[in-house]
Amino acid sequence: MAGAGGKNLNLKLKVWKQKGPNDSGHFLNYDANGISTDMSFLEMLDVMNEDLISNGQEPIEFDHDCREGICGTCSLVINGEPHGPDKGTTTCQLHMRRFKDGDTIAIEPFRAKAFPVIRDLIVDRSAFDRIIEAGGYISTNTGNAVDANAMPIGKAEADEAFNSAACIGCGACVAACKNASASLFTSAKLSHLAAIPQGQAERISRANSMVAQMDSEAFGACTNTGACEAACPKEISIENIAVMNREFAISSLKSRK
Amino acid sequence: MSKELSSNEPTGPIEERWQSHKFNMKLVNPANKTKHSVIIVGTGLAGASAASTLAELGYNVKSFCIQDSPRRAHSIAAQGGINAAKNYPNDGDSVFRLFYDTVKGGDFRSRESNVYRLAQVSNNIIDQCVAQGVPFAREYGGTLSNRSFGGAQVSRTFYAKGQTGQQLLLGAYAGMMKQSANKKIEIFARREMLDLVLVDGVARGITVRNLTTGEIESHSADAVLLCTGGYGNVFYLSTNAMNSNVTASWRCHKKGAYFANPCYTQIHPTCVPVSGDYQSKLTLMSESLRNDGRVWVPKEKGDKRHPNEIPENERDYYLERIYPSFGNLVPRDVASRQAKFRVDEGRGVGPTGVAVYLDFKSAIEKKGEAAIKDKYGNLFQMYEKITGENPYKVPMRIFPAVHYTMGGLWVDYNLQSSIPGLHVLGEANFSDHGSNRLGASALMQGLADGYFVIPYTLGNFIANTELADVDTNHEAFKKSKEKCEKSLQKLLDIKGTKSVDYFHKKLGHIMWEYVGMSRNATGLKKAIEEIPKLREEFWKDVRVLGENNFKNTELEKAGRVADFLELGELMARDALNREESCGGHFREEHQTPENEAKRNDEDFCHVSAWELKSEEKLDWVENKEPLKFEYVKLANRSYK
Repeated sequence: MAGAGGKNLNLKLKVWKQKGPNDSGHFLNYDANGISTDMSFLEMLDVMNEDLISNGQEPIEFDHDCREGICGTCSLVINGEPHGPDKGTTTCQLHMRRFKDGDTIAIEPFRAKAFPVIRDLIVDRSAFDRIIEAGGYISTNTGNAVDANAMPIGKAEADEAFNSAACIGCGACVAACKNASASLFTSAKLSHLAAIPQGQAERISRANSMVAQMDSEAFGACTNTGACEAACPKEISIENIAVMNREFAISSLKSRK
Repeated sequence: MSKELSSNEPTGPIEERWQSHKFNMKLVNPANKTKHSVIIVGTGLAGASAASTLAELGYNVKSFCIQDSPRRAHSIAAQGGINAAKNYPNDGDSVFRLFYDTVKGGDFRSRESNVYRLAQVSNNIIDQCVAQGVPFAREYGGTLSNRSFGGAQVSRTFYAKGQTGQQLLLGAYAGMMKQSANKKIEIFARREMLDLVLVDGVARGITVRNLTTGEIESHSADAVLLCTGGYGNVFYLSTNAMNSNVTASWRCHKKGAYFANPCYTQIHPTCVPVSGDYQSKLTLMSESLRNDGRVWVPKEKGDKRHPNEIPENERDYYLERIYPSFGNLVPRDVASRQAKFRVDEGRGVGPTGVAVYLDFKSAIEKKGEAAIKDKYGNLFQMYEKITGENPYKVPMRIFPAVHYTMGGLWVDYNLQSSIPGLHVLGEANFSDHGSNRLGASALMQGLADGYFVIPYTLGNFIANTELADVDTNHEAFKKSKEKCEKSLQKLLDIKGTKSVDYFHKKLGHIMWEYVGMSRNATGLKKAIEEIPKLREEFWKDVRVLGENNFKNTELEKAGRVADFLELGELMARDALNREESCGGHFREEHQTPENEAKRNDEDFCHVSAWELKSEEKLDWVENKEPLKFEYVKLANRSYK
């Protein structure tokens, strides 16, 4: 297993196993030996699974796809922290050089009522899609657009919009929050669209309907502890939540509904 | 019997072809559109843009993806940018130049009419994306910013930091979600397409596995659009996402869709090198880095000094030396092969010796660290996370990796495959990039197909086709469902000794060794011998644990690897058959004295579209579509 320049670790894993949404679930202990420090965290789980399969045991089910930190598929709460100990890092980008020989690592799914477990470490995050469906878009049909440079947008506004739009929708903010609030996720989309001229036409209705949808899912309320921002692998700022509150207040006052 | 295929492209002056074709195509009136349904498989740029646009027009769309949300399709990982012929920088760009560069970059193996259309609609794409709120990079005055990419001498690439694919996909996804709210799109996430269902020879539906419950489901519609991406994961290690696969395309191939130019694979020059045998995927470092990074190796073989200790005069900036006019911005196939030559010469760097340097020192000195960080911050950070090295201080180590597949299901000018009703969009088709794709052109093609081509050509298909009332009670759906259930059970029943990954890695080794960056007849014949043996071993000895009627990742992987084991053989056969070098297909027997690709236009100026004679047996016939070059004259590519 040795990597090109790395060392090897022997680790103990405590992994959450759960057959399905209605199963109560439990931790299972595994030994992970000879893990190269050059491996990514998910490669460590791959190696574990290869071992389990060769011993006729069921592999650990986890979600993952791009393995370069952008698709938002991977999750995992590692030693109590969503996406593990590194700041601004998704689980797939976390590397084993971050751990020490002999460490015990607890691996759990993102826990929230709004994210039911599908199996083991895999959860259902479709509540996020429903929040976007409620208004996280600009209504423009294909073919309607004017020339892209017809509408100048200052670099500062464009950068601000980009910073909010960089959210990967992984759900770490929800998993980190003691109330399982989806405020950071929802607010990032609201801020992105509020920051640019294209988003103005639907600004009032958008804040109302997205917040209403968020509230109707099983997410909790925001109490401004900032755990979401600290856990966010894309370092989406908690200022977005302030923007959301402002947008929602304006929208509640102006709403003609 | 081998056939000559017709592209169904319009004739006349190239700049008028798409316009006149649009006029000549039949329309479906708005009220009638709402009576028709379309299945779209895949939600990347092609699938999401097609889904939202067709739903806006009134069609009832059923959208399928293997991910847990349409927003996670692998287009999301595209980094560098998207090309368009806007000529905002006033540096001489035009629709014709984008067309010309793309045909030349593709080494004269693409269809001129398609490429011209692509260049024409490129500008509409940028307008559309800005209207959706895509936060492209901007200048201080508020106008859009551009950068350069390989194979072009103009700046025509629009970008959003190193996350352009993410922003474009989220734009298309937002459009989809709006139509989902309008009940015009029904989204089926965590579904994998296992079969195409034909009724009277027309594609009328699909059979899918619900990846959460294991249930096999049937879905019917008036047409099927396949937008399922490329097949780079046949190499095991690639820059594709872990779940990217060929299964949807391959199952259509088995139902009669021709597979075109399977040997055209793109090896991307700038990826983080392999570090160990546990490696699960390779990470791309955007080509945009070659705007500011300089590629080099030490002049001396086996120079083990730290890169920062090697003085300027002992470095070989080999791309700048060999290609003075394009320098570090030569096309991908050229940059990749040159990196391989340096490593083969023994001048590779890093602990494994299988890498070259990409150095930002002079750019940082010239422009300052802050400017470089603003442009590439997320890429530098990603590199540091993977390697533990700081690229602001130490040159990056890079090496080519499998990235994109230019080959794919054969389609005509209307994006229709050889099966009526089955349309193929984006990377899953073959048509626009020839034998090498230029950087920032994949996003352009995916969105062109989905936003601006299929809405017209699908209407024409529906208006011209007598579509009988068909639903999932039809015999064809039941048969397909039974077949899929059986084949899944067959995988579970083998109860062998080796994991799915074991076979996938072995296949990857064969592919990389013999069907990789450079190929020769001896190696390809060896691959054609070894792959069927491995396939046989797989069907005897694979171990898939767990149940059919449940979330079962190993079972999903097993079906995909079974298909890769068939595709790999076809790729090797196609590569052996094509006795020339072109773009990403480099046959060692066919090179110039300077080691450049040497085409054989006399015998190979055509598309090889492979047809499977029967669903049961792997036995192919080669159909050919001749390629004509009326506007960009066939010439040797030169980037010197």
